[in-house]
Amino acid sequence: MTALADTTEARIALPPMRRLRGPAFGLLGIFVLMALWWLGGWVVANDPDLFAFADFAPAPTLSALWDIVTSGEVFDMSGPSLFRVGAGLGIAALLGVPAGIAIGRVGWLRELTNVPFQFLRMISPLSWMPIAVMVYDTWDAAIVFLIGVAAIWPILFSTAAGVRRIDPAWLKVARNLGANPVHMLFVVILPAIAVDILTGLRLALGVAWVVLVPAEYLGVTSGLGYAINDARDTLDYARLAAVVVVIGVIGFTLDYLFMLAIRKFNWVRETAH
Amino acid sequence: MFAAAKDFQMMLEKAMFSGAEKLQGLARPRRKHRTAVAGAHIAVMGLSHTYRRSDGPVLEDISFQVEPGEVVALLGRSGCGKSTLLHMLSGLTLPSQGEVVINGNTVRGPSNRWVMMFQAPSLFPWMTVAQNAALGLRFARRNEEIARRVPEVLDLVDLAAFADRNAQDLSGGQQQRVALARSLATRPEMLLLDEPFSALDAFTRRALQRDVRKIAHNLGLTLVIVTHDVSEAVRMADRVLVLDANPGRIAQDTVIDLDDDEREGGCDRFNAEHVRLMEIYTAVAHGAADETDDTPEKA
Repeated sequence: MTALADTTEARIALPPMRRLRGPAFGLLGIFVLMALWWLGGWVVANDPDLFAFADFAPAPTLSALWDIVTSGEVFDMSGPSLFRVGAGLGIAALLGVPAGIAIGRVGWLRELTNVPFQFLRMISPLSWMPIAVMVYDTWDAAIVFLIGVAAIWPILFSTAAGVRRIDPAWLKVARNLGANPVHMLFVVILPAIAVDILTGLRLALGVAWVVLVPAEYLGVTSGLGYAINDARDTLDYARLAAVVVVIGVIGFTLDYLFMLAIRKFNWVRETAH
Repeated sequence: MFAAAKDFQMMLEKAMFSGAEKLQGLARPRRKHRTAVAGAHIAVMGLSHTYRRSDGPVLEDISFQVEPGEVVALLGRSGCGKSTLLHMLSGLTLPSQGEVVINGNTVRGPSNRWVMMFQAPSLFPWMTVAQNAALGLRFARRNEEIARRVPEVLDLVDLAAFADRNAQDLSGGQQQRVALARSLATRPEMLLLDEPFSALDAFTRRALQRDVRKIAHNLGLTLVIVTHDVSEAVRMADRVLVLDANPGRIAQDTVIDLDDDEREGGCDRFNAEHVRLMEIYTAVAHGAADETDDTPEKA
């Protein structure tokens, strides 16, 4: 068999198989998850103590999901949430990337900020909630603030780490070729750390998406978190589970888009000499 | 504060530029090729340097001149300050005493009219070969020259076919050729080479030594090469300054009188020059060793 793998035909035949392997396993994973979900629903439905929650099972959930998708409700509830996450991530990036570059480049600034930033990073973003509510006039602003607080740290630390990994020879070469500070930033530093920034954003998105739902439990009357709370209050468990699925699908998609962007901007070659 | 520094730098560049234009104006009628630029004249005067937080000077009282178009090698053991000296010629480091004067102007910072090449090619891996070669022009805001000039310099280093390839696809020697093209794109008057071939295999190294010398000669560039390799000095340099260590001083200033064919090696005259330079180098190195063994006689 090993001899066969070395023949040209085997080499030509193998790559497509390997390319299909990833998606095939992905589908299988989803199938297993669905099976477990169905099994859980079956157990719940047959247990006299739990049977009130039978609507969490796949069939009622998917039916409710179909309803909110066809009625367009899904867009009404996810629109405000996406806006809040986008605004929070955007503000976090606008503050975190420059701060990360400064911290990566300037030694004393790094030493000065390290302890306070690590301290602030470890505070759960949701613990700022009462303060955010007092400080900001609108619920929306408070939620954007909470997401920003959650998202800034991964962006800042990832950017700073990327800047510190920049080959000093690149900076020397650029300076030698007559680069001014603006060139240095846009031609050398930012392209060199593009992947680090995107990786930070991807991590930040994960945290932001987690923080979003509990933040939306408060005050606001729109968004996915509100939809969940609303469904709970009206005992519409199928709808509640459908919103959970929507949250998962959107989160997965956004993360996938960031992964594609990282792949696009990644200049590191696995086979580089 | 930034703005003031930038203004000052612009003023400085402007002053330097007018000097260059005068010089090019003089040189143009004599030369036929449009690509030919007069090489820089270097005068190093009473240069000494002591690094912060170090006891003694790394360089002491260095003075020499380099004629336009001349190829000079700075030969010495590691730690003799030859690389520091080259950084000072480029303006990347400023000496604590004395000055470097290029074409009549004191060097106060880097300029794209003299370019340094380092041991590592340090190409930007997210760019193509052509984009790398265009960097100097881009930084100098001479974007309109890129389309014409970049193919020219890539052709000069025999890499025209690789223009659109990623820099990481190239071999070490090819990458160093791109670095050379990148250095030449802005039409500098001088190239400063800091052991640029020492990481390459012997075959590639020889080819590049020959080509760099030829290209510099054809363009009329002044070339200063830092090396610890005697044979590299013999192959490339018209003149060799042998440096002493602790502190770095010019111990010998000797002319290598060979024509381009003889520099390929394998002939008696090459071997004789190699032996002669090796003897000087060894004598200087031993002298330095003796000095460090005994108590140095300091005035």
